[in-house]
Amino acid sequence: MDNQTIWLAIIVIGIGTFVLRASFIELGGRFALPSPVTRALRFLPAAVLSAIILPALLRGEAGGLYYGLDNPRLIAGAAAALVAWKTKSVLATLAAGMSVLWAMQAVL
Amino acid sequence: MMSEMAKAGRQDWIDGARAMLPLLPGAVPFGMIAGVVASNAGLDALAGIGQSIVVFAGAAQLASTQLIADAAPVFVVILTGLVINLRFAMYSAALAGHLSALPRWRRWLAAYLMTDQSYALSVLRYTARPQMSLAAKFAFYMGGAIPMWTVWLAATAAGYFLGNRIPASWSLDFFVPLSFLALIVPSIADRANAAAALTGGAAAVIAWSLPFNLGLFLAAVAGIAAGYAVEKLTPKQGEDA
Repeated sequence: MDNQTIWLAIIVIGIGTFVLRASFIELGGRFALPSPVTRALRFLPAAVLSAIILPALLRGEAGGLYYGLDNPRLIAGAAAALVAWKTKSVLATLAAGMSVLWAMQAVL
Repeated sequence: MMSEMAKAGRQDWIDGARAMLPLLPGAVPFGMIAGVVASNAGLDALAGIGQSIVVFAGAAQLASTQLIADAAPVFVVILTGLVINLRFAMYSAALAGHLSALPRWRRWLAAYLMTDQSYALSVLRYTARPQMSLAAKFAFYMGGAIPMWTVWLAATAAGYFLGNRIPASWSLDFFVPLSFLALIVPSIADRANAAAALTGGAAAVIAWSLPFNLGLFLAAVAGIAAGYAVEKLTPKQGEDA
């Protein structure tokens, strides 16, 4: 992607994000989100982020998805998920995931 | 009277900063990763660090930069960033009752600086102290939001220049799913969110080969539907955490 296109993406995301952030504050509290929408939005982070995470963990060296247990990213991701769940620590999660990935890449 | 008001304002700035302080270290690794990933994706320094000023939203920056690295079409990059940031509309709705009466520039500044952290801290404080003045609310909000912005920018810049020196064989792009894991796993506190996460992830894998990253959007819809359904079916106990 060339530099101009990258800037186009950054600026459009920036403006769109500002509009989302300002939206209801600018409406002056006159309108509220209907409660089904609020409840649906509550699930958005979990749904979107794991939709990014899972394919990234299954990515094989060749580019496609690879389900084998000898896929370093899959094992490293599983280890990191476990650490995230047990410790709730960002740094511990990152450290666990990267060290398992590097160890497996060195061995395989 | 005037000086009393200024004094109250100053205390609110300090309180806001104090409330934010324990949350700042958590932003450092994310900011650094956003910088590292931007430099590995081939963004120049201005774009790599500039996006932290223009967008100022970690998850969206990480996801869109990764898509740029994967050479996704530009509209997919944009749409993905915006979908991740949809939650800000929800925060905006929650803050509207407190901040809408501010003058325009202050409203816009508060909106621009909105983060998961500043939203959560402010709403907690405003709810705990219903008699807070508008000026005090603004001061508390900014007292936390400005340090967060500064730390985010510094961390991204540090990550960008560090990332430039690290070879691609270190697989630093793997930090992206890892940081999302670190964000999302501890926040899955109920069955409905777990269902949203599992369904979203599974749908994304199944729909992976669809063009234009369409799988991501289908997965978001499927995940939200699953969370919603499980919430409807689960008997209520204690209400919202």
